[in-house]
Amino acid sequence: MKRLILMLCLLAAPVFAVQPDEILDDPVLEQRARELSRGLRCLVCRNESIDESHAELARDLRLLLRERLVAGDSDEQAIAFIVARYGEYVLLKPTSSGANLLLWIAGPGMLVIALGIGLIYVRRRGRPAGPDELSGDEQARLDEILKP
Amino acid sequence: MIVELGHFALILAFAVAIVQAIVPLVGAQKGWRSWMAVAEPAASAQFLLTLAAFGALTYAFVTSDFSVQLVVLNSHTDKPLLYKFSGVWGNHEGSMLLWVLILTLFGACAAWFGGNLPPGLRARVLSVQSAIGVAFFAFILFTSNPFVRLGIPPMNGQDLNPLLQDPGLAFHPPFLYLGYVGLSMSFSFAVAALIEGRVDAAWARWVRPWTLAAWLFLTVGIALGSWWAYYELGWGGFWFWDPVENASFMPWLIAAALLHSAIVVEKREALKAWTILLAILAFGFSLIGTFIVRSGVLTSVHAFANDPERGVFILIILGVFMGGALTLYAARAGTMEAKGVFSLVSRESALVTNNILLAVAAFVVFIGTIWPLLAELFFDRKLSVGAPFFNAAFTPFLVALAVIMPVGAMLPWKRARIGRAVQPLIGVLALALAAGALVWTMQTGRSILAPVGLILVVWLVGGAAADVYTRTGRGDLRSKIRRLTTLPRADWGKAVAHSGLGITIFGIAAVTAWQQEDIRVAQLGETFPVGVYEVTLNDVLREAGPNYSATRADMTVTRNGRVVAQLYPEKRNYPVAQMPTTEAAIDNGFTRDLYLVIGDPQADGGWAVRTYIKPFANWIWAGCIIMALGGLLSLSDRRYRVAAGARKAVPGAVPAE
Repeated sequence: MKRLILMLCLLAAPVFAVQPDEILDDPVLEQRARELSRGLRCLVCRNESIDESHAELARDLRLLLRERLVAGDSDEQAIAFIVARYGEYVLLKPTSSGANLLLWIAGPGMLVIALGIGLIYVRRRGRPAGPDELSGDEQARLDEILKP
Repeated sequence: MIVELGHFALILAFAVAIVQAIVPLVGAQKGWRSWMAVAEPAASAQFLLTLAAFGALTYAFVTSDFSVQLVVLNSHTDKPLLYKFSGVWGNHEGSMLLWVLILTLFGACAAWFGGNLPPGLRARVLSVQSAIGVAFFAFILFTSNPFVRLGIPPMNGQDLNPLLQDPGLAFHPPFLYLGYVGLSMSFSFAVAALIEGRVDAAWARWVRPWTLAAWLFLTVGIALGSWWAYYELGWGGFWFWDPVENASFMPWLIAAALLHSAIVVEKREALKAWTILLAILAFGFSLIGTFIVRSGVLTSVHAFANDPERGVFILIILGVFMGGALTLYAARAGTMEAKGVFSLVSRESALVTNNILLAVAAFVVFIGTIWPLLAELFFDRKLSVGAPFFNAAFTPFLVALAVIMPVGAMLPWKRARIGRAVQPLIGVLALALAAGALVWTMQTGRSILAPVGLILVVWLVGGAAADVYTRTGRGDLRSKIRRLTTLPRADWGKAVAHSGLGITIFGIAAVTAWQQEDIRVAQLGETFPVGVYEVTLNDVLREAGPNYSATRADMTVTRNGRVVAQLYPEKRNYPVAQMPTTEAAIDNGFTRDLYLVIGDPQADGGWAVRTYIKPFANWIWAGCIIMALGGLLSLSDRRYRVAAGARKAVPGAVPAE
């Protein structure tokens, strides 16, 4: 059931992602544009970058991005320009500002906690826990099993 | 008539499921054997009834019965027969029916092949499994009935979505569901064990094959979906970190963790409580996946249901089962005291580390998937979490896992000396680093991705080989070979599956780092260079398929004047669904794929053409298949069969609960 929604994008404009006429003459600039457009979201296709998307809007965004780069913007300036117009929703890689910090430290933080708990557990397993005799329940069960 | 019979069979199955969910459970609590015995025939009946319902729906699709709403929406008389079949599950209602069919199949399998289970445990497992069935039968019957008739049947249907008319995608959902639903078995075993209050090595031995089966189906299902995306979507992407992909990936990660922790329970009687928790969580993630796909809460490129009512229903199911199981867990987990003693350096500790990495990796995927929801709910920020985040946040876990894997796999149980254990791996390590260094100096780019991928594949495959080799012991070649042939299949399975992971990692790293792309307008007859190849656009023709019309390009790829491949990329248009698709032409090779896509005609008479060279792309899916084969090998291990026989021989040893 994959990517049915892609249909919508395809219907809107049955074209390619990056089209030949969009490509800049300067290969260095074009390379930068490709890198940046991989991190920007196509707003009408769900969860696709504008680099992959077939939609008309994605094409507009690609052209806009290239315009900014040709005009001499740095990577950060070009991204800031687009974010200012379309909101942080276009960023596929969320910023680490404010509450988003939680998202970024969630993984490493959880790893540290898990390793800590794991270490405590493993160390405790190093010592034999409790006496070696069977508990009352276990003895009863053993008797039951061994009953002829 | 047959459709009504199918509907009726489904309602009967619902009724049987209710009985099976209650009667054996009560029987097991009270020790009434006759009540417990209800479970077995009920499980069979439930499966057969659901099969009948599924058969009726399939019949409606194959005969193009356009008085059934679902058939009208998803079929057409011109559609090839294979897709008439796959159309049954190419939609929400039908796929839910497949879901419960597999659920009841697993329940029936537990009834048929679980003769060696203690009767109390078996009755409880089948009851819990049936309780899940009750929830999903109700879901289908009350919110998504596939058997709805139309008052005025149209002359023809609206056709199945053309993107789904593809062999890869025809089999993607069944495999995925076998995996998702297979985890319900581990869940049922976990809850039954919690009710009984006993988890021992025997329990782990029963749970492991089910988890292994679910995991290997999930592996195949995910690989099929990714392979389909690769050749169908027209730019050769294979993984998008889409919420729905993540929904299948999280259970996979947890199932992989569960597989490994169940080994510790089976061999060493430690990690019991944790294993139970994983079994509950694995199925929980399956349910979350179902919820994500069918509720439309998270925007995904997979649009399926987008029906809030259905979403709420699944959320209730999720709440009841997870809430219930976790409450039970909180009450009972404390009693599951571990027995095995082991030191800091041991196989047990390595498996604990494996579990930590897999579980935290699953957590990272989970939080990334739901973060847009949380951010909007609590911080009023509308934002996206896409591939760049996951690539950055997830990859370190995968690399860490791959780095410790061969070492952990070779450590002995209980107590190990690290120096001695890694000795056979020193050569492998040197080889891996040398290979990485060589590639690093040879490649022109700045990416460390490919060298790291190569180091990991050599390390994992070499490590697995070293592991198998050390198992052959000392002695001459003949005795080594003899030991090799008598090595348990589970050990082979481990080596094969671990190698498969390495191969997949390398495929991903290589294709990401070394892919070459060329986008241009080509005139008819024009030849242009791409990498070491020359591509010629010979001709573009229009052709008609069974239910589509196609624009087909005839292209030749040569290298130094020698023809490498003759390729025919297509662009199709499906008139009934009014939808175009791209059919990339791919020349699959061992070291590279040549990937050609034909685009639109240009004003000057040329055609837009995209060419990709994708090095080692096939290794991604080859690795997945090898992983699944490893699972299969492990599943066929002797001890699962022999132990079963041994249990049967002493029925008196099993106490009546």
